[in-house]
Amino acid sequence: MPRYLPRLAPGLSGRVFIMQERKLLSGNEAVALAALHVGLTRGAGYPGTPSTEILENAARLGVPCQWSPNEKVALEVALGVAFAGGRALMTTKHVGVNVAADPLFTATYTGVSGALVIVACDDPGLASSQNEQDSRRYAEAAGAPMLEPCDSQQAYDYARLAFQVSERWGLPVILRMTTRVCHSKTIVRSRAPEVPRAPSYVQDIPARVMIPGYARTAHRRLRAKLAEIAAWNEAEGPVTVHARGADLGIVADGICVCHALEAAPGATVMAVGMIYPLPVERIRAFASRFPRCAVVEEGDPVLSRALLAAGVRIEPRPEPYRFGELDVDRVRRLLAGETAEPPPPPPGKPPQLCPGCPHRTSFDILKRLGCIVAGDIGCYTLGVMPPFQTMDTCVCMGASIGVGLGLRHALPPEQARRVVSVIGDSTFIHSGLTGVADMVYNRPPTGHVVLILDNATTAMTGLQEHPGTGRLLDHRPAAKTLSIEETCRAMGVDRVTIVDPTRDAAGLEKALADSMASDDLTVIVARRPCILAVSREAKAAKAAKG
Amino acid sequence: MDGVTNVKFAGLGGQGIITATDILAGVAFAAGLDVKKAEVHGMSQRGGAVTSDVRFGPCVLSPLTPEGASDILVVVAEDQVEINRRHLKPGGVLIAPSAVDAAKLQNRKSLNVALLGILSRHLPFPESLWIESLHAHLAPALHAANDQAFALGRAG
Repeated sequence: MPRYLPRLAPGLSGRVFIMQERKLLSGNEAVALAALHVGLTRGAGYPGTPSTEILENAARLGVPCQWSPNEKVALEVALGVAFAGGRALMTTKHVGVNVAADPLFTATYTGVSGALVIVACDDPGLASSQNEQDSRRYAEAAGAPMLEPCDSQQAYDYARLAFQVSERWGLPVILRMTTRVCHSKTIVRSRAPEVPRAPSYVQDIPARVMIPGYARTAHRRLRAKLAEIAAWNEAEGPVTVHARGADLGIVADGICVCHALEAAPGATVMAVGMIYPLPVERIRAFASRFPRCAVVEEGDPVLSRALLAAGVRIEPRPEPYRFGELDVDRVRRLLAGETAEPPPPPPGKPPQLCPGCPHRTSFDILKRLGCIVAGDIGCYTLGVMPPFQTMDTCVCMGASIGVGLGLRHALPPEQARRVVSVIGDSTFIHSGLTGVADMVYNRPPTGHVVLILDNATTAMTGLQEHPGTGRLLDHRPAAKTLSIEETCRAMGVDRVTIVDPTRDAAGLEKALADSMASDDLTVIVARRPCILAVSREAKAAKAAKG
Repeated sequence: MDGVTNVKFAGLGGQGIITATDILAGVAFAAGLDVKKAEVHGMSQRGGAVTSDVRFGPCVLSPLTPEGASDILVVVAEDQVEINRRHLKPGGVLIAPSAVDAAKLQNRKSLNVALLGILSRHLPFPESLWIESLHAHLAPALHAANDQAFALGRAG
C-alpha cells in the first residue's frame, strides 16, 4: 500500500486543505452549503435527478426552500424573490430548463434587483432521463452567463461566484452541473458566510414590464451587460491552467477537466469555468502556445464550435464522443483521435418496479385489457420493462394526456377506445392539469380515460413532497392539500373514480373496462401509497418515539 | 495516478452500495487523504445494477476509476461478480459475497458492512476510523448489528 501524507493533501486546483476545515461533499451538497453561506432568501425547484439533493440539503441547513409544482413556477417564484432584492436559487434537471425556458428567456431582459442563480443539472449518459440535451446551449440562447464546476470545491466556489456575478450585473446566472459533478463526493473547504442586504421593493416599471417598447431597450441592455461580463471573464474570470507538458494543450469544461488531467498526464489543461460568455481571447492565447490543442467536452460540441467560429486553432472532438458520458478511458481515446470505440460492456441488471409496488397491479390490468398506453415520466415508466411491456409512448412530463388525446382523435374508434393516458400524481400536478383542460375543451368522440397512479409522493427521485401530499419540502404539514379528484371534477371531467389497486384490483379493472367502453371523459385515481414511502414513514415514526 | 487506491463496489439497488462507499470514503477522508467518490442515483436504483467508485490517495483527479484499474472490487450480489470482474486490475483483490457466512449475520441486510470488514483487512486504516465512519453513516438503532457484521468480516 502507498504511504500517505497524514494531514495535508493538494487538491485539484493546487489548494492545500487543512484537515479541520475540510468536508467531503457531493456537488449538490456543496451548492446547498454555498446557498447557506450567501444567506439565500429562498430556493425553489422541482425534484429531478441529478439535481434533487440541492434543495433537500439546503433545507436541512436551515435555508428556506420549496418544491414548486413545476420548474416554470419555481423559476418565476425565484425571479419574484430576486425582484424583491433577495438572493434566489432555482434548481432543476436539464429537461426542467425546457419547462422554465419561458420565464428564463425574458428574465435575462428584465434582470433582477437581488441575485438569481439557476442550477441546471445535465445527465449525459442518461442515468435517469429521457434525453441527453446540453444546457450549455441555453446560456447563449437566453443570454444568461453560465458557470461550470468540475468538482464539489468548484461547485461551492462557483455557486458563490454566480451570486456575485448575478448581483453585480443584475442578471440571472446559470450554474451548469452534470450527474458526475452533482453526485460525486470530493473535498470542500468553505469560506466565511456573507450577510446579504434585506429585501425591499424598488419600483422599476420599464425594467420589469416587458411590453415591446420596454423590451426593445431591455434587449440592448442585456447585450451591453453580456459584453461587460465577457470583458470581465477575459480579464479575471474563473480560468485555471494546470501547467504540465508543452506538446499538448487541452481546453476543457466541467467534469472533463478531471478526466483530461488523468488521461493525459503530460498535457497542459486549461479549465474554463465560465463558458458563456466564453473568454475567447484567453483561450486563443493558450492554444497558440502548443503545437496541438484539443477540446475535451461532453455532449454537444458547444465549446469547439464557439472556438472554431472565432478562428481559434483547436482540434474539435471526434463525433462519437458526443454520445454518453466521458471518462478517463474515453478521453484517452478521444485525444488519440480514435473514432472506433470498443463495444459497450454487457448491461447490468435493469431497474424494475419494486416487489409489492401498487403500480404492478395497474400494469397487469392495463396489459390484460389490451390498452394503448400513453405513458409519462416517473417510476411507472418501468411499466415498459418486462414482464409488463405495457407502455406505448413516453416523451416528457405530462405528455401522456396530450399524446393520449391526439391518439384518440386520430385512430379509428375501435382502436381509440383502447387508448389510456397513464400519469403519476406528482407528474399530474406538474404538467397534467392543462392536458385535462384540453380533454374537457376538445373532447374526442370516444371520450378518454386518464389513469392517475397516485402513490402520494414523487417516488422516482427519492420520495419528495408535492402539493397533493399535504406536506412541504421538509415534510412539515402544508396549510392545504391539493385534491386531484376535486380539481378534475371542477374542471368538468364526467366521471372521477378512486380505487385502491392493491385492495380492490377487480374494482380497478372494472372501472377501467367500463370507462373504455363508454364515451365519457373519465379520470381514475389508483390510490395507494408507495411502499418505500410507507416504510420511510414507519422508520421516522419509530425514531420519533425513541 | 501515483499512490491512489481504487475501490469499486458493485451490486443491486437496495443492497447498501452507496452507504458502504460513503463509509469507506469517510474513513479515507478522516485519515487525511484526498478522496473522490462516484455514484449514480435514480433510475439505476429500483433493484437495478449499481456500482460506486471510491478513490483515495495524496491527490485524486477523476472521480471515475478507469476500466481495469480497480485495486479492489467488492461485490455484494453474487450474480454481479462476473459482469464486474473486468473492472479489476491484474492481481487485484476480489471480495465476493460468498466470502461472508450469511448465517452468522445478526441482520442479513448488513452484508455490505461485513464485506467492508473484509475490505478493511486490505487497507492501512485503523479500526477506530472504520467504527467512527460506520456510526456516522448509520442510524443508532443499526449500530449493534453492523458492528457485529463488520467484526465478522474483519476477523475473516
